[in-house]
Amino acid sequence: MTKEKREIIIFSIFTLAVLIIPFFLRGSYYLNVLVFIGINTLLAVALNLLLGYAGQISLGHAAFFGLGAYISGVLTTRFGLDPWLVLVIAAAASGSLAFIIGFPILKLKGHYLAMATLGLGIIMYIIFNETVAVTGGPSGLSGIPNMHLGALIFDNDMNNYYLIWIITLIVMLLSINLSQSRIGRALRAIHNSEVAARVMGVNARILKVQIFTVSALISAVAGSLYAHTMTFISPASFGFNFSVELVTMVIIGGLGSIYGSFLGAAILTVLPEFLRVLQDFDIIVYGLLLIIMTMYLPGGLINGLQKIVEFAAGKVGKRGGSGA
Amino acid sequence: MDNSRQLFQYILSGLSNGAIYALIGFGFAIIHNATGIINFAQGEFVMLGGMFTLFFVAFLNLPLIPAIILAILVSTIVGIVFERLAVRPLKNAKPLSIVIITIGASILIRGIAMLVWGKDTHAVPAFSGSNPLYIVGATIMPQHLWIFAIAVLIIIGNKIFFSYSIIGKAMRACAYNAQAASLVGIDVKTMVLFSFIISSAIGSLAGIIIAPLTMTSYDVGIMLGLKGFCAVIIGGMSSGLGTVLGGLLLGLLESLGAGYLSASYKDAIAFIILLLILFIRPEGLFKKKETERV
Amino acid sequence: MNLPQAKSEKGAAAVLRIKNITKIFGGLTALEDVSFEVKDGSITGVIGPNGAGKTTLFNIVTGLYSQTSGDVYLGDKNISFFAPETLAGMGIVRTFQNVELFSEMTVLENVMVGLHTKSKSGIISCAFKLPSQIKEEKYIKEKAMHWLEFTGLADHADIEAANLPFGKGRILEISRALAVEPQVILMDEPAAGLNSLETSQLAMLIKRIRQSGITIVLVEHDMELVMNVCDSIVVLNLGKKLAEGTPREIQENQEVIAAYLGEG
Repeated sequence: MTKEKREIIIFSIFTLAVLIIPFFLRGSYYLNVLVFIGINTLLAVALNLLLGYAGQISLGHAAFFGLGAYISGVLTTRFGLDPWLVLVIAAAASGSLAFIIGFPILKLKGHYLAMATLGLGIIMYIIFNETVAVTGGPSGLSGIPNMHLGALIFDNDMNNYYLIWIITLIVMLLSINLSQSRIGRALRAIHNSEVAARVMGVNARILKVQIFTVSALISAVAGSLYAHTMTFISPASFGFNFSVELVTMVIIGGLGSIYGSFLGAAILTVLPEFLRVLQDFDIIVYGLLLIIMTMYLPGGLINGLQKIVEFAAGKVGKRGGSGA
Repeated sequence: MDNSRQLFQYILSGLSNGAIYALIGFGFAIIHNATGIINFAQGEFVMLGGMFTLFFVAFLNLPLIPAIILAILVSTIVGIVFERLAVRPLKNAKPLSIVIITIGASILIRGIAMLVWGKDTHAVPAFSGSNPLYIVGATIMPQHLWIFAIAVLIIIGNKIFFSYSIIGKAMRACAYNAQAASLVGIDVKTMVLFSFIISSAIGSLAGIIIAPLTMTSYDVGIMLGLKGFCAVIIGGMSSGLGTVLGGLLLGLLESLGAGYLSASYKDAIAFIILLLILFIRPEGLFKKKETERV
Repeated sequence: MNLPQAKSEKGAAAVLRIKNITKIFGGLTALEDVSFEVKDGSITGVIGPNGAGKTTLFNIVTGLYSQTSGDVYLGDKNISFFAPETLAGMGIVRTFQNVELFSEMTVLENVMVGLHTKSKSGIISCAFKLPSQIKEEKYIKEKAMHWLEFTGLADHADIEAANLPFGKGRILEISRALAVEPQVILMDEPAAGLNSLETSQLAMLIKRIRQSGITIVLVEHDMELVMNVCDSIVVLNLGKKLAEGTPREIQENQEVIAAYLGEG
């Protein structure tokens, strides 16, 4: 079986599972959790394109998420614009910001890039908090309208589930395609050795800015969907801690794996539900996970899973008389 | 209050904050020059200094001086443990892994601090009371004088240490060329450990002397750490005069900006400066031809 | 597109010209007024004791360093200060002394990256798998396999580059460079770390690459290899050009002998 065929089968199974799961769930609590897993998957995939593929860290990605959410919230509540139009504006604005800031910021490497993106995130967070007249400040912005499609209004968990997951599935598919193309290879090449990639003709500077832009754009779409789903937003959701949480999702799931991003998002969405007893102390768990995963399982959980599957498949293959 | 007295107050608090940023910046520079790592957890040592002092004073009822000494000691031990557990195993790790691990460590230290001491903001008693002194018509908190005095002592001590002591010279040798240093018999690993000891000690002391003015909580490390980083970036990653000037400049701009422009954007000022420096002159403002790196 | 006149004049035209290159690091002069020409279709060796400035020269020619003064020409075009990615598009590519593979990618994928300049699908057409992109992807894969077959690595196509034996890693770097379809390949100590069998296979490969019309510039310490494959040799010592000539001339040059003996 070729690699492409296997990818198509895996994606089809994943899509099917996502589409039928709601029929097996009782109660809106689980659906609600799945909606958040969807939004977080979008964000983790977006960050993974930058962090996992291109190898460029961002500790400020919550800013793009927040920008998407606030642009949607403000334009719908104060100017009565249509949520879909606003989603496009949010994505374009966030992408533009990333494109402009991308050129100077992505010249930086390693810790310098981490510090600069962290600084960017904090500046945005301060703006969300302090432009009270526009954003409502620390007390938040409420009354954001739900998404709609003609007469269909996405005001319940079931509708939101399908809205968010269909968009998430599309973004996942596009990201998988991208990762297996010349662009995906060029990004991984930059990650492995930027010098060698450049010598091979990869314009690392432009490509890093492009993927940063795409990543910010997807994050803003997630932010917009979040705003229209929750109908209420406040700066607390878009701070430094959430940026770290996003990095943790990508690392736990697996750098450079789209399904890994889903896995990481799912774990970090569900984990706090179990860690309720710990209240806000889940941050300790994130810190530990970042260290332990990076030291001992740099491929992330998805890599561990893959190895188990390959091992099992290898055994079956051998029993049936190996081909090739 | 008339204008010039107000200006004086802004300058005073700007300079004392700036001195703190410079000390925190030193910590970044010393570890960076020994290991090539920017220690993301540097701000956490600052937090630990303040929190441990408070802990020893308020819960163990120790007098201030022993509490401070103990706090520096314990923070330094945390620095040593950090070096042993998270930094030493990283030899030859990918740069991205190193970044992520130091970030993880910083979150972990902060999280444990929250677990132990809670999320409240605490006041720390000033070293010699909080009755303001009146000098040429302006008011000065005694703590400001403490900050200036201790900062000057550390800056001078740091200079003497790296210029004249055997260990300081050996550390400088490692900063220039670790391989060559090890060839002439310098134990590079020990020097890395020393760099963590000095950085965590200076960082925690900075946290201790600022705490009475700003209060302290488990999460002060992020902001103070980033501002210290900003100072050392302005100073071109040195633990010398450049970083001192960088810290003072940052402190002044911040204080004047908060006073005359907008108090709510005070923190944003520091980060905008940080981004501008990183974008325009990542090698620092005061880079000379032959820079001193330690 | 690239300099047809240079290619048509059989063997005589210079494809790469280094003119008066000087490079100063801080106060240290790494290269001083170095000039030489590389003839189209030739194999040119750059040799010299350690610290002679060979790798610095490569870094300047491939756009990784900027020279303090002097110029580099590709054909008639001044390519001084061009970025490495631009130079790759123009047909200058290199390998590295310390083997810079994309270690987490497969052997085939490494070579496919080499075809980056030979393809042009952007982010959108890649994400949506537009027909043109699918066609291009097929081309990239076939062409990459072609180069692996050329260098004899086809059997290892699906192995992660990090898991290749060292000698094969060097060959992979050359395969990847060939995929750029360059005019000139600069090889930085391709035989370092190879055993004698691998070195003689390398010599064969280098000659086959030249036969396919590609010009080769070689920095190398293995004198047997250099004397065996090179048409002309440039000797650097302490940043200056010491001598230039055929292998025989260089072997008999007293200054060169003195420089090497002086070092040893």
